[in-house]
Amino acid sequence: MSGRSSRRPAGTVDVVVIGAGHSGLAMSRVLGQRGVEHLVLERGEVANSWRTERWDSLRLLTPNWMTRLPGQAYQGDDPDGYMSAPEVADFIAGYAVSTAAPVMTRTTVTSVVPCEGGYRVVTDRGGFNCRAVVLASGAFSEAVVPRVAEALPPSIMQQSAHRYRNPAQLPPGGVLVVGASATGLQLAHELAQAGRTVTLAVGEHVRLPRVYRGRDIQHWMLESGVLDQRIEDVDDPERARRVPSPQLVGSKERATLDLNALREQGVEIVGRLAGVRDGKALFSGSLRNVCALADLKLNRLLDAVDAFIAQQGLDDEARPAERYPATAVPASPRLQLPLGSDVRSVLWATGFRPSYSWLHAPVFDRDGALKHDRGVVAAPGLYVLGLPYLRRRKSSFIHGAEDDVRELAAHLVGHLDAESERLGSSRPRKGMAVA
Amino acid sequence: MTMTNPQTTTANNGVNVQALLGAKKALTDTPEAARFTWRASSEWLQGTHSRATIDGFYGLGAEQRHRTSYQFHMDHPEVFASEDHGATPVELLLVGLAGCLTAGIAAVAQNRNIQLRSVKATLKGGMDLRGILGACDETRNGFDGIEVHYEIDADATADEIAALVAQSQKRSAVFDALANPTDISVTASKV
Repeated sequence: MSGRSSRRPAGTVDVVVIGAGHSGLAMSRVLGQRGVEHLVLERGEVANSWRTERWDSLRLLTPNWMTRLPGQAYQGDDPDGYMSAPEVADFIAGYAVSTAAPVMTRTTVTSVVPCEGGYRVVTDRGGFNCRAVVLASGAFSEAVVPRVAEALPPSIMQQSAHRYRNPAQLPPGGVLVVGASATGLQLAHELAQAGRTVTLAVGEHVRLPRVYRGRDIQHWMLESGVLDQRIEDVDDPERARRVPSPQLVGSKERATLDLNALREQGVEIVGRLAGVRDGKALFSGSLRNVCALADLKLNRLLDAVDAFIAQQGLDDEARPAERYPATAVPASPRLQLPLGSDVRSVLWATGFRPSYSWLHAPVFDRDGALKHDRGVVAAPGLYVLGLPYLRRRKSSFIHGAEDDVRELAAHLVGHLDAESERLGSSRPRKGMAVA
Repeated sequence: MTMTNPQTTTANNGVNVQALLGAKKALTDTPEAARFTWRASSEWLQGTHSRATIDGFYGLGAEQRHRTSYQFHMDHPEVFASEDHGATPVELLLVGLAGCLTAGIAAVAQNRNIQLRSVKATLKGGMDLRGILGACDETRNGFDGIEVHYEIDADATADEIAALVAQSQKRSAVFDALANPTDISVTASKV
């Protein structure tokens, strides 16, 4: 339903959504349903980052049955499988078509500046004045690489997971993979499979089994309400938003990928990369503790899942409860690794961050992070989507977009209405179609 | 399922957690105040015997003082042909680690409303003396490993106690200082 046909100058639109990924398109769909005139700007093709910024073997951490957007669910014949990046891109592209989203592709935003009545959005294909902007350009736009990278010898090739595609990209020889989130474990696994000698530097991490009591762990986390947990109910929201992605991989075998599995594969587990000195990587002596923390946290989650299953009376249909062996830490974990002849590349799996270099508004904190309250950015009419734990634990997942988008769209419409009222209602809104 | 809350009473471990949480918030907003400098001074007495004094430190944007000044004697043991007027410096490292982890356990327990009754730690630091004697280039001077064991009596399950100890390590300054490299500058001037 399109509720408006007010005439307005060319280059003017009520809402600009930046980014035609799953979040931006979900917002577009909900804004469309509410009759809000909007435009989605996309620097490349729809689902661009899924086509150009993912490693070859990547699959979603969530099963296909969970992969859904407002008005579109997975329709294929493998609900328990995990989509590859091209499949995700096709899913999102199909959504853009089925929702008839007003997307301008190959349009790169170069600046967003507050102006009278809203924002001026400038692109390489012209500018737009709008009343509200939705930032949906993604949470994983840039690699986070720690400063210690600068201390690596120049002979060592450094690659971030953002640019990594496959093992053949790295020079022959050993690889130091830094980071033990889903990314670090998947890449360490793939490199070891390719015959590389792999050392994995492990800081704080989140350990999860792929399948628990016969169901994907995501099933239990969804059903028990863990994924719906709201950021306002969390003790330390800042910390919750920084928690690394859980050690999961989406594979045909639905296998668990944890540090024990990697060790069996021959990957050497070491502590967090703490420094580089005299051409040697130095690792923290905290490996035992970060593994203990992850094991304890895993068991607390499994306790909660077991309690949920019991409470729901599902004990008979679910497989028996299990507890997994503690993470096996080497008796004396390696504290140093000479870089150069044996280890010729370092792969940074140390996280990603969004990039808003084109946003010129006083909405960044002293660390350069966007200031927002659950997606409502600290400037009127500015919204952000898709960041980790934006509103709920599931916020950065594809299926997490729907609830966030509905709530933020409602806030956005409220903002437009309030502004219209303040300006003497010169602009008709919602349901006031001009015949 | 009925959830019963076993912690109807409030734990009291003598740690002012509200003050700590308040400090976290305040120091996040004003990172300048979070810059602390810890200081010690020491003086050689005789042989391997020296005495360190702790009294002031800098933090919260100002010079601060301990309630009183503290002194620590350090020496080498008699088996090193010394007179053993105090703990060896490496033992004081273990003391620092124990103090830091134990304070952390008390604070975390308070925050989690766990009443502690007894917290005892034993610490062991292994060392191959050939390192400091220069007898073997492959051997490091410092500890080749540290083992800490806690015995804790508290109103908590074994897993909750393990989590207390793990969380304390995660937030410990001395654990970090021992587990990770630190840049050290030592200078001297003639007087």
